[in-house]
Amino acid sequence: MAAQGEAGQVNTAARRGALTLPLAIAAFLAAALAWMGLEQFVNALTLGAIYALIALGYTMVYGIIELINFAHGDVFMVSTFVTMFVSSTLLGQKSAIQDLPLLGASLLITFALTIAFMAVVGAVIERFAYRPLRRAPKLAPLITAIGVSFILQNIIQYLVGPYGYNVPQLFPNTWAVDLEGVRVPLLNIFIIAVSVSLMIALQLFISRTRTGRAMRTTSMDRDASAIMGVNIDRTIMVTFLIGSGLAGAAGVIHGLYYGNTNFQVGYQAGLKSFTAAVLGGIGNTAGAALGGFLIAFIEVAAVVLGFSRWGGAVVFSLLVVFLVFRPTGLLGSHTGDRA
Amino acid sequence: MSALRRPLARLRLPAPLAAYFARHRSLAIVAAIAAIGVALPLLSLVPPFGLLQSTNAWTNAFTIAAIYAMLAIGLNVVVGFAGLLDLGYAAFFALGGYAYAVVASPLFGLDVPFWPMLIAGAVIAAIFGVLLGAPTLRLRGDYLAIVTLGFGEIVPITLLNADRFTGGVIGIGGIDRPALPGLGVFSIIDPWPYYVLVLSMLAIVVVVVKRLEESRVGRAWEAIREDELAAESSGINTVVSKLQAFAVGAAIAGFAGVFNAAKLTIVSPQQFGFVVSVSTLSAVVLGGMGNVVGVGIGAFVIYLVQSIFLKQLNILFDQIQLPIISGIDFLQFQYVLYGVVLVLMMLKRPQGIYPARRRMRTFSDAAPAAKGAKR
Repeated sequence: MAAQGEAGQVNTAARRGALTLPLAIAAFLAAALAWMGLEQFVNALTLGAIYALIALGYTMVYGIIELINFAHGDVFMVSTFVTMFVSSTLLGQKSAIQDLPLLGASLLITFALTIAFMAVVGAVIERFAYRPLRRAPKLAPLITAIGVSFILQNIIQYLVGPYGYNVPQLFPNTWAVDLEGVRVPLLNIFIIAVSVSLMIALQLFISRTRTGRAMRTTSMDRDASAIMGVNIDRTIMVTFLIGSGLAGAAGVIHGLYYGNTNFQVGYQAGLKSFTAAVLGGIGNTAGAALGGFLIAFIEVAAVVLGFSRWGGAVVFSLLVVFLVFRPTGLLGSHTGDRA
Repeated sequence: MSALRRPLARLRLPAPLAAYFARHRSLAIVAAIAAIGVALPLLSLVPPFGLLQSTNAWTNAFTIAAIYAMLAIGLNVVVGFAGLLDLGYAAFFALGGYAYAVVASPLFGLDVPFWPMLIAGAVIAAIFGVLLGAPTLRLRGDYLAIVTLGFGEIVPITLLNADRFTGGVIGIGGIDRPALPGLGVFSIIDPWPYYVLVLSMLAIVVVVVKRLEESRVGRAWEAIREDELAAESSGINTVVSKLQAFAVGAAIAGFAGVFNAAKLTIVSPQQFGFVVSVSTLSAVVLGGMGNVVGVGIGAFVIYLVQSIFLKQLNILFDQIQLPIISGIDFLQFQYVLYGVVLVLMMLKRPQGIYPARRRMRTFSDAAPAAKGAKR
């Protein structure tokens, strides 16, 4: 299969040097495009954008406090409902907006409010569920996170009921461009553009700002950073703010793209995004983005090959295989101690 | 406080009996389970309980609670003894159930008897436990949790899609009920034969697990849980030891799974979702990780609260016709219950309601569970 062969290439490329990695990705994308066709290629990129945004939250939190934030998938799930609430109830928009300025303003407000709200939710969870266990043995916060995940699912189930809901698809899906005879919806291009800009913004934030530097030092050595004057609690909280905010963005995109949601979307999406984070090398933000797209390509490949029902099993088997043979992932460099 | 920590410590048996049971501890376990087995149906006759539902319905509920107790005790071997977090435990439960269902149902027209399959189901689950564990047990703790979670997903997906062997989404129905002369007829009307059988199985599980805990293998598990590096340097083969924990845990789930299939006479992929793994984990956490009796009680409490207490709340508020509260479906809250149990227990009392005797550093650095415990 093309996807797996190329994954091997990316793998060796990561060891050789910085320059070969973009080349390997380009080769992979070209091969995938040639094999699955433009339409499926764009689908995979769009799906990958969602996975990548969620995976970033997993990888950032793991990088800084070594916690698999099990509730993160459900934070994403909550955000799909916040999106629904903001666009249909607050803005009163039930369907696609053809007017460009109005569409722009509505999208901006939806993104801003959802991201802000989810960021706060993430920070609150961190403050009350995880911070008290900061010095506790490792399994304790993980079990807590599972509990938080169940609580989030059931708050939503209680508030809205166990049904599927329609989310207003503000972006008109009739808009499309014609590329060599293939109709590519503008929505997909918009989604990919938004998520890639968010990822670039995140990279810049982490590499260029003081807070970003604090995040990096805290993940390397928390105690040493504290001695050097980094406010650990604040830095960890900012990590949760950003990670949950990105999940919020993914929730808005999910709403725009699929137009529906239910209280269980978080579990599968979360699991696949976590797999993406592991594939890319957990703790590595660029790796999480890469892993998100890779998982999406594998899933779409499963659909193209005609065994979409097995897509989940393929992804999780891949997770097991990857964890066993290369637990550091494609780009991961920091290997934690065993157990 | 000490009475709360060790509720059974106050219980005193007559001296000769106590001395006898001190020498034959496995017999003591069997006797205790038999006593509880007699006491529970009697208790269900007493007013507050007897008014809620019939004794047969209670017995049925106790039977299912005992299945969960076996699951919790099995998971406790993995999580409580060896300190390995297994989030896909329901998969082994499913494997046991399907192993029996495939060979004792109209699907292939086979009628393999129940009793050998009880052992075979346990062995098959154990084999899968080893197959999953062998490559993955070298991983660090939280990665292992995710691998087992993935396994817990793969098994139902496979059961769902391999429909030629598993009946797909409908599952396998019409599974043979057990038969044993002298125990009465196993049927849907009469819960008593199942009740006696499940208690016997529970007794076997508790005796085996208790004896394992006190054996060389059990001490190795504890050593690994407390400090893997130190355990390894003391000459324990940690990989083999962890594999043993995984295999024993899986075997118990398979064992319970065969009974579960024979009791319900139907298995389907939806029965073995992530919720089962989490509710079992909640029982283990609630009861006190590492304590066999505690997690068994935890399972009983969790199951009885969700299946009877919440249901009765519904009926009660329906009857009094309170404006807002009558509209609430309390059964919806069972999953919140798992979440709240997990979060609150970890934050407030990580060692569980009824903690293990030996101090568990893994879960309570700050709170030595039972300071005065003698060993």
